[in-house]
Amino acid sequence: MSSVPRRIDDVAELGTDEARRSWLATVWEFSRRRPLGAIGGAIVLLNLIVAVGANVLAPYDPVATDYGAMLARPSAAHWLGTDAYGRDVLSRIVYGSRTAMLVGFSCAVLGATIGAVIGVGSAYFGGRVDLIVQRVMDIFLAFPLIILALAVVSILGTGIWNVILAITVPMIPRAALVSRSSALAIREMPYVDAARAAGFRHVRIILRHMLPNVMAPYLIMLTAYLGQAILLEASLSFLGLGVAEPTAAWGLMLRGAAVQFAESAPWMAIFPGLAISLAVFAFNLFGDSLRDALDPRLRTQ
Amino acid sequence: MRHSLASRWLSLVVLASLSCALVGWLAARSFAQDKPRSGGELIFVVPSEPPSYDAHREETFGVIHPLAPHYNTLLRTDPFDRTGTKPVGDLAESWTVSKDGRTYTFKIRKGVKFHDGSELTAKDVKASYDKIVFPPQGVASDRQGQYTNVEAVQALDPNTVVFRLKFPQGSFLSSVASPWNWIYKADILAKDPRWYETHVMGTGPFTFVEHVKGSHWVGKKNPNYWDKGKPYLDGYRAIFVKDSAAQVAAVRGDRAHIQFRGFSPAERDSLVQALGPKITVQESPWDCVLLVALNHEKKPFDDKRVRRALTLALDRYQGSQALSKIAIVKEVAGVVVPGTPFATPPAELEKLAGYSRDIAKSRAEAKRLLKEAGVPDGFSFTFKNRGIPMPYEPVGVWLIDQWRQIGVNVRQEVVEAAAYYGQVLRPGNYEAAMDFQCGYIVEPDLDVYKFQSKEISPANYSRYTDKTLDDLFTKQSRAQDPEERKKFIRDFEKRLLDDEAHYLYTLQWHRIIPHSARVKGWTITPSHYLNNQLDTVWLTQ
Repeated sequence: MSSVPRRIDDVAELGTDEARRSWLATVWEFSRRRPLGAIGGAIVLLNLIVAVGANVLAPYDPVATDYGAMLARPSAAHWLGTDAYGRDVLSRIVYGSRTAMLVGFSCAVLGATIGAVIGVGSAYFGGRVDLIVQRVMDIFLAFPLIILALAVVSILGTGIWNVILAITVPMIPRAALVSRSSALAIREMPYVDAARAAGFRHVRIILRHMLPNVMAPYLIMLTAYLGQAILLEASLSFLGLGVAEPTAAWGLMLRGAAVQFAESAPWMAIFPGLAISLAVFAFNLFGDSLRDALDPRLRTQ
Repeated sequence: MRHSLASRWLSLVVLASLSCALVGWLAARSFAQDKPRSGGELIFVVPSEPPSYDAHREETFGVIHPLAPHYNTLLRTDPFDRTGTKPVGDLAESWTVSKDGRTYTFKIRKGVKFHDGSELTAKDVKASYDKIVFPPQGVASDRQGQYTNVEAVQALDPNTVVFRLKFPQGSFLSSVASPWNWIYKADILAKDPRWYETHVMGTGPFTFVEHVKGSHWVGKKNPNYWDKGKPYLDGYRAIFVKDSAAQVAAVRGDRAHIQFRGFSPAERDSLVQALGPKITVQESPWDCVLLVALNHEKKPFDDKRVRRALTLALDRYQGSQALSKIAIVKEVAGVVVPGTPFATPPAELEKLAGYSRDIAKSRAEAKRLLKEAGVPDGFSFTFKNRGIPMPYEPVGVWLIDQWRQIGVNVRQEVVEAAAYYGQVLRPGNYEAAMDFQCGYIVEPDLDVYKFQSKEISPANYSRYTDKTLDDLFTKQSRAQDPEERKKFIRDFEKRLLDDEAHYLYTLQWHRIIPHSARVKGWTITPSHYLNNQLDTVWLTQ
């Protein structure tokens, strides 16, 4: 019951007990109660640091070819070996994390936010608006995530921004559905009625009074979508529909020569594959733990 | 003592006799292995499927590979010539050329029978060529444009066919040796010119048995074949397999003897490693090349200094050495396949811009040209590439890396293969883009036709007009003397690749055919459209 605001404008004060504690204490508490989630969070953080500091951390230029060192096995000079063009695999993985994080965060934030706004708006207005919006969402939901992304990228073409758009579009209806179900309960709350009675505009009620109350599912969606977006980007790039060479991207590293030389130079496929698995695994672990922590029903169990 | 000496002599004589017998047996065995043996079924993989059965209208090897053994052509390229440039008689047993070079008279073999038992005559040759050169309304002829010089085809008598040309053409015999120009039966064509799109009936070494779509094609030995003693095989089976890993697995697992299009270096190596002496590898320069089209209608590619700089940046020799390990490209070449009669000798090739072995000097010149053209430092453009992994992707990566060496930043945009020509090349929707050229027979007319002005050649994707180049094309095409023709081809090449740098040649494709060592009598050529009649092919025990 503590999540129910007592006054119209005290949404920002939700969870004031937690807010009083330092964020370090919160992190410690989270880590102690959910060690797996903490490991996931640490890997996510590491990924972010690697992505941001790629130009400092990568030992080589990720697009610089060295035809004298083609398909070189892991060594002191190239810790994870080189690819078919003599490019350093480690450097390409490090720079690839930048592509993965850019695509992952952009898609997850855009998809979850737009979806949440649509879902909450749909729940708030109800009636015909809700009916029409939900049927449109149903149409999008009828397509599996990868199929819809493939369709979008086929229409728009390849390239990093088109890939972001292609992955964001199928995420929106999924986010809208989850947000709507939470918002339907919030819509019936007295403070929403009070806001209406006070003559607030719809936009203000939705953005200021309803959206903050779907933060828990929003954050869970966000973390879950991060992993999905990274996986989708890798899948699209693997199929040749994502980012193009010579950009460093994990999915791209798995295609072409990596397949051809899978037997003689397995490091070309193994390490980018590990990077994808680790990132997705970490985001999922973190997301699951976050859900457990934020879901009041699970919290009491 | 005497006894011992005699015994020693006897031993020596016996040993010598045994040695002679062994050597003789080995020689006889070796001879027997080289001598064609009859029997057996050749199984080969085809990575594509025939859209229809009519070669006159189609342009995929998916038609040639399974169907060519059912047909003959008037001439064909010598099946044992690795250059694929020597026309020899197939249905024609001899031919003459008039002094003015405008009349070609072919004598047709006697006793050639169609698979339905009827006799082939000059009438059938004329009807087939009329369909190719002057197709009736509603009938597609894919290479009609290559025979615009043919004025008329006449059947003088049952064994004589005459081709009258509008002007002399040095390449005409090669055009007649085209692997697409199967001879069909005139009576059938008269009733229904599209009958051959759905039926098979030729004079070739194998008769049609069955086609199961998506699965296989079967042919069996034609017992009445005009070339007595051939074919050697009892039959053949073409299996349609699109996935390259599955193709390799078929050859590795002895479920197929050969795939006639080609494998990648990695696939070759894995087969050789797995099968050792059971595999034979044949390799050849391939009459296919990836080109860079530079859109002359977009700045700064309208400036030849920029175009020359981009070709000067390419270290083709290092690229050849490196890329040939991972992709189906290898030879550094000009406009004609290396090793064939009209090819530019390597020493002469090195004089062209971008073909020098002194790459540092070339790149310094490239940077100077860019500066002179007013191109700013860090100049960047988008290079559009076709969404086909092999060899478009490795060549694209190589090009971008080479251009980076002269300070040009290139972003690659990969466009889906099926949409590439329609959305990118034909509408000119690009600054620089990968283009492709592949010949079905090694013949300069075919190899350089596309580089004529855009008003003449719809496949000129660099979108330029160059009357001098058009004139050189005509001169080389009409030259009767091979030496004179070579000179015009050299001039054409220099203008195209160096003086104007209208197009950038990357590396010649390299054809690699690893096949079962049991397959004999088949010789690789620079075209995967050639040498698929299978009449000379045989299998060892």
